[in-house]
Amino acid sequence: MKKWLHICFLLIFISCSSGSDQQEEYIPIPVSLEVPILFQQKLIAPLIPADNPLTEEGIALGKKLFFDTILSKDNTQSCATCHNPENSFTDTDQFSDGIDGIRGTRNSMPLFNLVWNFDERFTWDGKEFSLEKQAFEPVSNPIEMHSNWIDVEKKLQNHPEYPSLFQLAFKTVAIDSALVVKAIAQFERTLISANSKFDKYLLGQVELTDNELNGFNVFMDETKGDCFHCHGSNNNPLWTDNKFHNNGLDATFTDLGLGGVTGDTNDNGKFRSPSLRNLAFTAPYMHDGRFLTIDEVINHYSEGLQNSETIDPLMKKIDQGGVNLTSQDKADLKAFLLSLSDYDFINNPKFQQ
Amino acid sequence: MKKLITLFLGLSIAFTSCSSDSDVAPKETTININFTHNWEEDSVTKDDFNNIKFTNEHGEELSIERLRYLVSNIYLTHTSGSSYKVEDYLLVDVNDEETLSYTTNTLLPNGTYNFSFRFGFSDENNIDGEYPDLNIASFEVPMIMGGGYHYMQFDGKFIDMNDTTVGFNYHAIRAVDNTDPDNLILKDTSFSVTLGEVIVKDNSATINVKMNIAEWFKNPNEWDLNVLNQMLMPNYEAQLLMNANGKSVFSL
Ligand code: HEC
Ligand code: HEC
Repeated sequence: MKKWLHICFLLIFISCSSGSDQQEEYIPIPVSLEVPILFQQKLIAPLIPADNPLTEEGIALGKKLFFDTILSKDNTQSCATCHNPENSFTDTDQFSDGIDGIRGTRNSMPLFNLVWNFDERFTWDGKEFSLEKQAFEPVSNPIEMHSNWIDVEKKLQNHPEYPSLFQLAFKTVAIDSALVVKAIAQFERTLISANSKFDKYLLGQVELTDNELNGFNVFMDETKGDCFHCHGSNNNPLWTDNKFHNNGLDATFTDLGLGGVTGDTNDNGKFRSPSLRNLAFTAPYMHDGRFLTIDEVINHYSEGLQNSETIDPLMKKIDQGGVNLTSQDKADLKAFLLSLSDYDFINNPKFQQ
Repeated sequence: MKKLITLFLGLSIAFTSCSSDSDVAPKETTININFTHNWEEDSVTKDDFNNIKFTNEHGEELSIERLRYLVSNIYLTHTSGSSYKVEDYLLVDVNDEETLSYTTNTLLPNGTYNFSFRFGFSDENNIDGEYPDLNIASFEVPMIMGGGYHYMQFDGKFIDMNDTTVGFNYHAIRAVDNTDPDNLILKDTSFSVTLGEVIVKDNSATINVKMNIAEWFKNPNEWDLNVLNQMLMPNYEAQLLMNANGKSVFSL
């Protein structure tokens, strides 16, 4: 309803504009991100690029595009096909099928708290340098939406609603790919997850069980899990450093990761540390989705480490496969990891289609 | 507008003409600090990383993969005794060139100064969770090890007695004995470094701070990586050794 009103106003504006230059110019309504208290306390304020400020109309358009199959060649796939809100905006496949049924070689990634990735290096290997640039890629990627931007622009331009929505968001009815990715990036920047049980514990609102507390200590203890050097902590509640490491998955690499992007062999086998928020919804795990369960992940770190030249020096006792956690410590570590899952995030009505 | 410009011109001429009167009047001064690193005579940049090319005093061959450290309470102290704070703290990361040179403008008079800083945070400033930029950089120390922040994260690999290449994590933090988790014994092992004379001339100064990385393994304690390599954060004795060795790593 509101939208239609807007459009009516617009039409009036447009029709009058030549007549008088005293018309007030239409401006989309600016939005400032609501930064959760915990993030206000612990983190630097997020950066929104000056050339793509958040607006109500931009975010709404971005959301519509994100869920719309119109972006794919045969109208079967949207971003949400592989980035489903129920799964914290990833999917449950090891590798996601593109529209032609061709499977990629990477596990889809959950999407949240992306504005706090200050280095703005996105995807597992950091090949994309901003959310806007990233959003260009899936549309034309042959193993994803396999479309091309000229067709997509045409389809959007001929659509009954999109031209007016672009008018509202960007003050132009001429749709081009740069505006499409801007709108999508605006929506992605609003995906904030900060309401897990552990967040509430940090805010003094709930208690943790003894197992969860011990699991947190295993995570933080340099002689046990020592996960915090790469995966954040109570003081870095993103639960990632957003940096690239080789965490000892393989002795030889089929996927070079960061090395494939930089061309530096010292980067081979390095991938960006994923956030450990929302693991309850994001299985399978790792860049190639090789682990189906959190137990498998923990076993990997505890006794499954594979040595290679680029393995991170933070990995310990590699000759024994790792630090060999006790089964109690493993169970507690898992309980703690699950306490980082944010059910409000996956159920947030703002993020549903 | 024009008037403003004239006023400006007038004022700046007035300022310039006064400048010779006294060198003691504080003026807007540009201070440039460059952090450089070396292994004895050889300079070290991130291009030298990931390569087993260094040999420490005890004889272990080693590589560097990460070297980040914190300096705080950065001061210039004038021969007259007045001191001027340059910055509260800086995180230097050899992998991140932007952090290797730092420029600021401060009000201070020309003259001769002593340059000093603290390696790490003193207890007074080592407040858990207090600094968002350091939180984002994952530089914190877990509460079970006393909280606050790392002084240094120095990671690499070395060839051990069995001829295998293994990791080391030379992480300097406030010393902690956590044998009794409910009763941590903590000791501030940050230390202040007085680096020597800096001359501020024509309202500017460039300060080149050198770290000889080899010193961390050398003086006064010859470091045996076979014995002390990983899990050094909760190792109280190791932290005291780092504290002692660190005192000779910096120079101008
Ligand atoms: C066919 C499945 C598929 C579709 C469709 C898809 N993605 Fe992805 N997405 C992936 C995979 C797989 C990755 C990891 C890619 C890599 O590392 O190379 C990814 C990574 C990302 C990332 C990086 C997240 C991070 O933290 O680095 C973003 C952002 C993203 N996708 C957004 C989108 C948007 C926007 C669309 C729609 C225009 C979209 N994706 C469509 C599978 C898909
Ligand atoms: C040296 C840095 C480092 C350390 C230490 C580390 N990790 Fe990781 N972790 C990574 C990287 C990098 C990845 C992604 C690797 C890949 O996919 O190739 C990862 C992936 C994961 C994943 C998969 C998440 C997903 O969405 O796919 C989990 C879970 C995980 N780590 C948990 C842990 C736990 C628990 C510990 C401590 C026992 C730990 N990590 C220690 C760097 C690290």
